[in-house]
Amino acid sequence: MSLVKVEGLRRLFPVSPGLFRRKTGFVHAVDDLDFEIGIGESLGLVGESGCGKTTTGRMLVGLETPDQGSIVLGQADGTQMDVVNLRADQRVKFRRQVQMIFQDPYESINPRRTVFETVGEPLLIHGIGDLGTREEQIREMLRKVGLAPPESFMFRYPHELSGGQRQRVAIARALILQPRLVVADEPTSMLDVSIRISIMELMSRLAKQMGVSYLYITHDLAVARYMCDRIAVMYLGKVVEIGETEQLLANPLHPYTQALLSAVPVPDPSLPPPQVQIKGGIGKAVDPAPECRFVDRCPQAADVCRSTPHPPLEDKGGGRLVSCHLVDRSSI
Amino acid sequence: MMNAVETRTEDPDIPDVLGAEVDSWWKIRLALTRRSFRENWKIFRRNKVGLLGLVIIAFWAIMAAMPTVFFATGFWNPATYDPVTGLELDPPTRTMVMVERITDPNTEIDRRAALLDGRIPDTLQIGDTFDLPLQPAPPDARHWLGTDPLGRDIMSQLMHGARASFFLGILAAVVTVVIGTTIGSMAAYFGGIVDASLMRLADLLIMIPGVALLIVIGGLFTFQLWHLAVVIGILSGFGGTAIVLKSQALAVKVKPFIDAARVAGGSASHIIFYHLIPNVMPLSVLYMMFTVTGAIQSEAVLSFLGILNTDTSWGLMMNLARTQGYLLQVTDYWWLTVPAGLSVTLLSAAFFLVGRGMDEIVNPRLRRR
Repeated sequence: MSLVKVEGLRRLFPVSPGLFRRKTGFVHAVDDLDFEIGIGESLGLVGESGCGKTTTGRMLVGLETPDQGSIVLGQADGTQMDVVNLRADQRVKFRRQVQMIFQDPYESINPRRTVFETVGEPLLIHGIGDLGTREEQIREMLRKVGLAPPESFMFRYPHELSGGQRQRVAIARALILQPRLVVADEPTSMLDVSIRISIMELMSRLAKQMGVSYLYITHDLAVARYMCDRIAVMYLGKVVEIGETEQLLANPLHPYTQALLSAVPVPDPSLPPPQVQIKGGIGKAVDPAPECRFVDRCPQAADVCRSTPHPPLEDKGGGRLVSCHLVDRSSI
Repeated sequence: MMNAVETRTEDPDIPDVLGAEVDSWWKIRLALTRRSFRENWKIFRRNKVGLLGLVIIAFWAIMAAMPTVFFATGFWNPATYDPVTGLELDPPTRTMVMVERITDPNTEIDRRAALLDGRIPDTLQIGDTFDLPLQPAPPDARHWLGTDPLGRDIMSQLMHGARASFFLGILAAVVTVVIGTTIGSMAAYFGGIVDASLMRLADLLIMIPGVALLIVIGGLFTFQLWHLAVVIGILSGFGGTAIVLKSQALAVKVKPFIDAARVAGGSASHIIFYHLIPNVMPLSVLYMMFTVTGAIQSEAVLSFLGILNTDTSWGLMMNLARTQGYLLQVTDYWWLTVPAGLSVTLLSAAFFLVGRGMDEIVNPRLRRR
C-alpha cells in the first residue's frame, strides 16, 4: 500500500506581462503528474531548475493548491485522506503527518527565535504536552539530529549556528511531530560540500528509525543516488521516467535521463569533459503545443514526437515507467 | 560565507543560561534578553548622537523626579512651590517714584500702569517713593528660574511639565507601536481586501493635518492629556507607522520560515504574533521614538493655544506668558518663555536623537565597518 498517491496533478501560473496585467497565457509548471510514494520509501524528484520540482513539493505539503488532480494520503487505519480538499477537522491531522525541510537553512528559521522555540514550535502549535514534556522531547530530538549536548544549543539564536547546524535544527523541527511524509526541498544544496554527506546520512538514518517517507527534491543525481530508493525524472512539468534508483542510473531509457547522466562530471581532470548530448536550455512551458515536451532538445526526435501529444508514462517492465514514443519494452 | 567547520567554540555567555530548569523559564528568557541588550548597547554606544540624546532624556527624567524629593524633604514648601496653587507671598520689590496717579484706567493707554496702580497705597502723593512688588520676578536664590505673573515658581512648573511630557510621549508611543505593528502586519499577511481597506484608511489618516484635527477635537470635548496621547498614537500608528511597518512585514512574509510555520500548522494569528511582529519590532521601536518627538511638540502647541485641559505643561507656561502679555518681551521677561521653549526643544530632540542612534541597530547597513 502506498503512503501518497498523486494523480493527474496540475498547477498553472498565469503569465501577465505589461501594464494592465492581462493574462496572456499559462506556465504549465506541473502538468499531469502521477506518482506514488510507499511507506518508508524515499522518492527522489530530479530535474533542472524550473522543471516544477519545488511546486510539486509545495503542493504535497499544502503550501500550493493544485488546479487539477488529486493527492491522497493513506492513513494508518486504512482510510484515505484527500489532501486537496481537506475538511477543517482533517487539517490538523494532515499537518501532523506531512512536514517539509527547506532548501536554505539561513532563511527557513526565524532569526529572532531560539533553537528551543524553533524546534518546539510544532509542539506548541498542536498543543502537545506542557512545557516540561516539550522540553524533554526537544532535548531528545536535538540529540537525535546530532546537536549534543542539547543544553549548549537549545538557547542559541540561528546566527550563532553554522549552516550545517541550522539544517540539523530544521530537520529536528520537521521530525518532532513524527510525520509520515517529509518533503525535502534540496536540503543540502546550500551547504558546504564537506558537511553534505553528514546531513544526508543523518536524514536517511532518521528515516529508517522513525519510518518516515521522503519526497527528496534535488538536481544532483549523486545525492539522489545516495538518498533515494526510487527516482522520478522531471522535465518541464512532466515526469519523464520513474524507476528503481540503481536500475535507472545503470540503464536510463528516456533520452533526457540519458542526457542528464552524461552531463555528470567525472572528478578526474585527465579525462575529457563529458559530451552532453542535448543542445539548448530548459525553457518555460507557456501554453505548450501538443507535442513531446522534450522534442526540441531531443537527439533522437522522430516525426511521431511532433505529430502526437506528449506521450503518457508507460510501464516498460520491471517497475520502470517511461514517457517516450521511442522506448519499447525490448530495451529493458 | 558557509561555515565548513561544524564545531564552534563555546560562547562565554551561554553557560550562565545552562543548567536552568524549566521552572525557571523566565530566567532563561531574562538572560537571553540581557545578552541581546548588551550586544545592542555596544552598537548604540558607538553613536555619539544617540548617546547625547540618552543623556538629555536622563537629565529630564531626574528633573521630573526632583519635585517629589523636594516636597518630601521639606526643601520646597507646597504653599509656595506648588506648580498650580503655589504663591510667592513675599516677592522681591523695586523702589519707584510716584509720577502720576491714574484715576480712570480706561483713559490710560498703558494698561499695565493701571494694574500697578491698584497695588499702590492711596495715601501716596506724587513725588513719594514706594516699593513695588515684582510679579513676575526674575530668578533669585529662592526661585531659581523666577516666578510667573501669578507668583508661581517657574522651576517647579518646569519639573512638573517634564512629567507631563514623559507621560504623554510614552503613552502616545506605546499606542502607536501597538496599532502600527498590528495593523501593518495584518495588512501584509492577509493582503487583498484587508490590505487595501486598511491602507486606504491609513492614507486618509496621513492626509488629515494632525494639529488642526486636534484643535477641532479640543474645541468639541474637554481634552485631557491622555486623550491627546491616544489620539496622537492612533493618528501616527494607523498612518505613517502602519504603512512603513507593512512594507517591512511584507519583506518578512515571503521568507521561507513563514512557509515553515504554515507547514507546521500555524494559524494566521500564530504567524502574525510569533513570527511577523518580532521581526518588525526593531523598526517599530524606532518609530516609537519619532512618535514621542511629535507628541511632545503637539502637546506644546495645543497647550499654548489653551485647548488642552491640563494643570501643568510647558506649552501652558508659554500660554500664560502670552495671555498676560509677556510673550513679545523675551529680553525683559526671558524666564517666562525661554526655559519652557528650550525644554520642549531639548526633550523632543533627545528622543529623535535616540531614534537616530537606534537606526544603526535596526539597519545593519548603516553600521560602521
